[in-house]
Amino acid sequence: MSSLGIVFPQSMHFPEPLPLSSGASLSDYTLMYETYGTLNADKSNAVLICHALNASHHVAGMYERADGGKNVGWWDNMVGPGKPVDTDRFFVIGVNNPGSCFGSTGPMHTNPATGKPYGADFPVVTVEDWVRAQARLADALGIQQFAAVMGGSLGGMQALSWSMLFPERLRHCVVIASTPKLSAQNIAFNDVARQAILTDPDFHGGHYYEHGVVPKRGLRVARMVGHITYLSDDSMAEKFGRGLRNGDYQFGYGIDFEIESYLRYQGDKFSEYFDANTYLLITKALDYFDPARAHGDDLSKALACTKADFLLASFTTDWRFSPERSREIVQALVNNKRRVTYAEIDAPHGHDAFLLEDLRYMNVVRAYYNRIWQGISEGGRA
Amino acid sequence: MNFRELIKLRPDLAFIAHWVRNGSEVLDLGCGDGVMLEYLQSDKQCLGYGVEIDDDKIPLCVNRGVAVIQQDLESGLAMFADNAFDMVLCLSALQMMKNVEGVLRDIARVGREAIVSFPNFAYWPHRVSLLRGRMPVSKSLPYEWYDTPNLRCATIKDFEELANKAGLEVLECIALHEGKPVSVLPNWRGSLAVFRLRKKIAA
Repeated sequence: MSSLGIVFPQSMHFPEPLPLSSGASLSDYTLMYETYGTLNADKSNAVLICHALNASHHVAGMYERADGGKNVGWWDNMVGPGKPVDTDRFFVIGVNNPGSCFGSTGPMHTNPATGKPYGADFPVVTVEDWVRAQARLADALGIQQFAAVMGGSLGGMQALSWSMLFPERLRHCVVIASTPKLSAQNIAFNDVARQAILTDPDFHGGHYYEHGVVPKRGLRVARMVGHITYLSDDSMAEKFGRGLRNGDYQFGYGIDFEIESYLRYQGDKFSEYFDANTYLLITKALDYFDPARAHGDDLSKALACTKADFLLASFTTDWRFSPERSREIVQALVNNKRRVTYAEIDAPHGHDAFLLEDLRYMNVVRAYYNRIWQGISEGGRA
Repeated sequence: MNFRELIKLRPDLAFIAHWVRNGSEVLDLGCGDGVMLEYLQSDKQCLGYGVEIDDDKIPLCVNRGVAVIQQDLESGLAMFADNAFDMVLCLSALQMMKNVEGVLRDIARVGREAIVSFPNFAYWPHRVSLLRGRMPVSKSLPYEWYDTPNLRCATIKDFEELANKAGLEVLECIALHEGKPVSVLPNWRGSLAVFRLRKKIAA
């Protein structure tokens, strides 16, 4: 399958303050983004892709790394020419959220109030804050209404939030492997991850940049915990089982099992490129997302204002954001008589399945975007 | 899709479609590729949802512009509120259910009216087959006994009793063959049993 080839990120500065859910505000900020495909004359073919915890605006195509290697976008199997979200048809935008560590204004950048890096003083941001920031990017790009806003996991929360905050600004809302709110278990895992970071001696209350250190140990454990929740018991058993790294027990606390080796490797890799303050911020945004809360815990009421058509998909072995959570959203949409399609994919890979290439999943998304495209080419609302 | 196209594609569905009033809110259980809902939406301005379990059918429904929800009917219709639909369709799907009575009760709960169809086991070639000592294999029951998804074999006479028990009143019962109603000896000559039902009002 063809690819977008080499792509380049862009940035846009927003000088006006962004008011936040917490009551604080970001005085000014920069958003990193990438675009693929061409915006049509009436600007009706734009698709916004929202990223999850550890991802960025680099959705598809690739960067050429200094060492000659390729850094492929995180949803390259989904977005590109001839792919389910076909960039020969759609103008696709990937955007990096404020608070992230991939170039948009975040805790490692200079706080204009102090002249020093924000660190722990970077305001806590919510999914809704991100969506409002994204809407300003859409304004600047002249996009009044998206053909679709789409995301998986935390990205799905943003897509869902778009449908409620800006009902007129999207015709379709595509929510993959997501949830209307985190469970107590989800929050518990997030807090274990946060505690690992907060108690790392190199954390320095979030101002580790000034000390020239990085709370790598905490970040590493945080990632290891997170990673466990992305996989299913079955996929771990199949991939690693009780396989031993060195053929026999070592009777020590080094690496015995393959799964230990894998998780430590993932943790190490992550702690090299991810920022600890960003991890704290994003897990909080996850924990706080609960649009029904302002409506007496009634999700149907929260979604009553939506106007978009919806596609939801979940994966049977995803125990992080299980199919039940997606069904709650579908049920609330059905209560509101919204047009909603829901696919429940019987895939073995757990939460990670939303990033993998499963033909059943891809075919549903492809068919859905075909319909969106028909609506655009017929000049009407599909 | 218009009526001519539906008749060509599925004469049985075309016959059933005339029972669905314009503008109805419709739930189609076991909607398959979504052809019935596509027709009802485009020609009769119905608002509808399909429910289907088969992975391969979901993209086909999407292609037809049908809002389909992938779900096993056996796990219940908790997704749908009481009396949410004017019409619930369950066409050639009920015979595949383990808990037929449970599904019928759910149909009675979420819908005001329903149309249920299933292959008539008492269709005369099936009877002949059994008299010869073999399980019937026909156009309406195209499977061998060991690979059939049809767990339940029912006749037109059998069904009314269960429908009543599940809270549904039979308004009309038609036997179809090749999409055309059979009026003489329907339980012999009809290969597809079609029931039009209404939720019983508690006295």
